Amino acid sequence: MSILKHRETLLVAVIAALLALIASRFPGFVAPQNLVSVFTDTAPLMILALGQMAVILTRCIDLSVAANLALTGMVVALLNTVAPGLPVAVTILLAIGLGALMGAVNGLLVWKLEIPSIVVTLGTMTIFRGIIFLISDGQWVNAHEMSASFTGFPRLTLLGLPLLAWIAIAAIAAMALNMSRTTLGRSIFAAGSNPHAAAYTGIDVGRTQCAAFVISGALAGLTGYLWIARYAVAYVDIAGGFELDVVAACVIGGVSIAGGVGTVAGAVLGALFLGVIKNALPVVDVSPFWQLAISGAAILIAVAFNARAGRAKGRVILKSAEHAA
Amino acid sequence: MKPIAKLLATAAAFGLLAGGASAEDMRIALVVKALGIGFFEAAAKGAEEAAGELGNVEIIYTGPTDTTAEGQIEVINSLIAQKVDAIAVSANDTDALVPTLKKAMQRGITVISWDSGVAPEGRQMHLNPSSNPLIGNMIIKLAADNLPEGGDVAVLSATTTSTNQNIWIDEMKKVMPDYPGINLVATVYGDDLADKSYREAQGLMQSYPDLDAIIAPTSVGIVAAAQAVADAGKIGQVNVTGLGLPSEMAGAIESGASKSFAIWNPIDLGYAATMIAYNLANGDDEAAPGATIGMGRLGEVTLDDNNEGAMADPFVYDSSNIDDFKDIF
Repeated sequence: MSILKHRETLLVAVIAALLALIASRFPGFVAPQNLVSVFTDTAPLMILALGQMAVILTRCIDLSVAANLALTGMVVALLNTVAPGLPVAVTILLAIGLGALMGAVNGLLVWKLEIPSIVVTLGTMTIFRGIIFLISDGQWVNAHEMSASFTGFPRLTLLGLPLLAWIAIAAIAAMALNMSRTTLGRSIFAAGSNPHAAAYTGIDVGRTQCAAFVISGALAGLTGYLWIARYAVAYVDIAGGFELDVVAACVIGGVSIAGGVGTVAGAVLGALFLGVIKNALPVVDVSPFWQLAISGAAILIAVAFNARAGRAKGRVILKSAEHAA
Repeated sequence: MKPIAKLLATAAAFGLLAGGASAEDMRIALVVKALGIGFFEAAAKGAEEAAGELGNVEIIYTGPTDTTAEGQIEVINSLIAQKVDAIAVSANDTDALVPTLKKAMQRGITVISWDSGVAPEGRQMHLNPSSNPLIGNMIIKLAADNLPEGGDVAVLSATTTSTNQNIWIDEMKKVMPDYPGINLVATVYGDDLADKSYREAQGLMQSYPDLDAIIAPTSVGIVAAAQAVADAGKIGQVNVTGLGLPSEMAGAIESGASKSFAIWNPIDLGYAATMIAYNLANGDDEAAPGATIGMGRLGEVTLDDNNEGAMADPFVYDSSNIDDFKDIF
């Protein structure tokens, strides 16, 4: 019973059940190769969810991730059109750096000016989108304008997995290590679960929040390059509304919006859950008019589970008290 | 003196003066949404082509530097001051230009709109690049032309509520009986998002392993579908077609993921607008519901009740002409 209390185990079970259900209608979906493609397709969402998790853990929220992704993507795409010979490794480093810079802008506004993060990131979200329009003049950067190595990199396969998937795995590993084994990781949890207590132990809460935003920004920047390379097109509205998917993945993964509670595995599984649904809906022949409703319902059900799990804890204590009496 | 001035004004109002006094060239102004946009530069090229054919026509290609109605009003006011013979405008705003254009018509200037229209009271006629039935027919024709033996096709649209796409798909379904052997197996919606369209295209290829063509009447969808087909290694097996822009589709044509696609030809559009403006300003044709106006090599346009007409079928782009157009728009 105690295993079921863990959000992660529950999610694994739900995803497995979901896969079984989809397989009953469309057996090809659970073929190993297709599962790899689902995982790869979900990689951007997983990477973004990792950054978002760090931010939410500190009682903040980052609504600018999708805009950050789009701006970084546009910058590297434009850069690629003028300097096609630039090594991909440099492009990636630039993307991460630029993303981190944008994350730092969010973080500094939250830290130094103490503006609520939802307001800050709503603002920067539109600012980033505006900047994309300014630098691109509203024009698209198209597949034939990008160099083959630029668009080909995430598609290279290593040991049967595309590099895009490997990058997600690397990001998950790095984040898991960071959250559990570093001072920063531990102070992110502390700053979120009890900011006052954290301050007494010498943790600068604002600074920690800022650091979380930088992490989220850096991961969004990385995803920006990967996204543009994967879909081989860059324009102003790229990944429009994707920030909500990212927040949803975190919430489904059991990351508490109130801060302080959440795990790397949870965020990843939450993203995978959404990824499976997104990839399955087109193949199980559900009317497109129902697809949005189904996606939404899945999120609500998951969150309801979340709330119930939280409540059940209280009940157990009462019950055991009754039994004792 | 007074009656003569009145007579002159009346003559001008009927456009007689313009035709009568022309030992000089007729001056036709092509007013675009903004200067420096490839699409409109191409239209200007078409207008010059028409002027060359007509001989006694001077084209004034102009427009504001940004896509604002205010900018266009200024430009049109200066054209009125220059007493041009005709103005053909692609409007930044349906209503904002009406008073200025009315003023132009009162001065005897022929006013038509093309590409992006103005309200009926602000122009004599409007030239649409194409019409819904023509587009509906074209998108299925593009798929069918590459499937002489018949085959399965699917539509990847924008959102479930996109008016244009829904009308085009309906028009397409109406003419499906003209293409025997072509089966429409599914209609899916990518919401004009690159990632969702990509996923939907992947889903189509999985659900229908024998799929022969994906028709995407939306510029985001067609690019994403082409990428999905290329990534799935199904180039040559699944042909992506529909409506897209040459600059955005050049990569897909090159890779072979798309054999052909269609969109209006801006050169033809500029050409037709110039021809129509010439014929109206000349008094050769009249803009009235049901009337036909000559468009030179493109035949004739027939006006509907709103004095609107459709130029032609969307223009087909493939590997033979993509290089000429990919840098234009």
